[in-house]
Amino acid sequence: MSEVIVITSGKGGVGKTTTTANLGVGLAIRGKKVVLVDTDTGLRNLDLLLGLENRIMYDLVDVTEGRVPYKKALVRHKKYENLMLLPTSQVKDKNAVNPEQLVHLCEELRKEFDYILIDCPAGIEQGFKTAIAGADCAIVVTMPEISAVRDADKIIGELNRADKNSIKLIVNRIRPQMVEKGDMLDMDDINDILSIDCIGQVPDDEKVVTSTNRGEPVISMEDSLAGKAYRNIVGRICGEEIPFMDFPKDSFFQRLKRAFGL
Amino acid sequence: MIEALMKIFGKEKKSSKEIARDRLKVVLIHDRANVSPEVMDHLKNDIIRVISNYMEINKKDMEISLANDEDSVALVANIPVSRMKHG
Repeated sequence: MSEVIVITSGKGGVGKTTTTANLGVGLAIRGKKVVLVDTDTGLRNLDLLLGLENRIMYDLVDVTEGRVPYKKALVRHKKYENLMLLPTSQVKDKNAVNPEQLVHLCEELRKEFDYILIDCPAGIEQGFKTAIAGADCAIVVTMPEISAVRDADKIIGELNRADKNSIKLIVNRIRPQMVEKGDMLDMDDINDILSIDCIGQVPDDEKVVTSTNRGEPVISMEDSLAGKAYRNIVGRICGEEIPFMDFPKDSFFQRLKRAFGL
Repeated sequence: MIEALMKIFGKEKKSSKEIARDRLKVVLIHDRANVSPEVMDHLKNDIIRVISNYMEINKKDMEISLANDEDSVALVANIPVSRMKHG
């Protein structure tokens, strides 16, 4: 049984594309056949995060407009053979693809792949409606920041209105030290406010930046905390029960130093 | 100094996270109910008009707001009555 998952957020810059790339690689490492569909038309980035920007021949709009069969537009990952990318167009706008076309494409992709992950554009306009059209379930990415949580709530409302009721939450870029000081919302707070089950919490990790620079998603880095968080999420998507990780806490001495501004 | 000590033991008056939580809860009630301040204002004026047929009310001190009660939203109105109208 294949599954179509849309990764969405409402607010831009919370890590939708990073999440899509990492979950895609993680599922591929587990031997699943995965295709990532970038629907952020006009603002193509998923190719960059995967290090595939130089291999694109055709794009999503070429496929939906019938110029090439979808198989011709797929880009195979260099390292993970069962991971494919369907890049989007960098020149067309977000309305270049309509919901019916994407639903049809998802039905085709289901025949070949175990997981179809759709990277959704920011916002709640047509691009969002198109991206969610063919999805079985949604992952809403948010950050422990009031504007991101508010937008996530809005998106959850829109998903419900579109009868997409299987929704999971990822809280991205948590800073454990700020949470500990009481200066940042934690996963439980956000869970409580949004009333949506969390499938993961990802700490803010410099390795996300360095891995993005290289075009290698952080999930493949064994020593990264964010990478571990993403590996846990992939396990949960595959149906495993994995407890949420504890972040390293400050010692009494570190709190003492900070309190005196040292 | 006392503030520094309080920080060490993790006790502060109200953390910024609690403020964020409270603000979010209020704003989401309005977002979810899809009620703009403008609509609330119209509602308030309509309520004043209807109630004024029966009693004199203190418009200045009257409060109308949406409140969250578990999973439902309630319309809470506090309308001070100055005098009943007769006949």
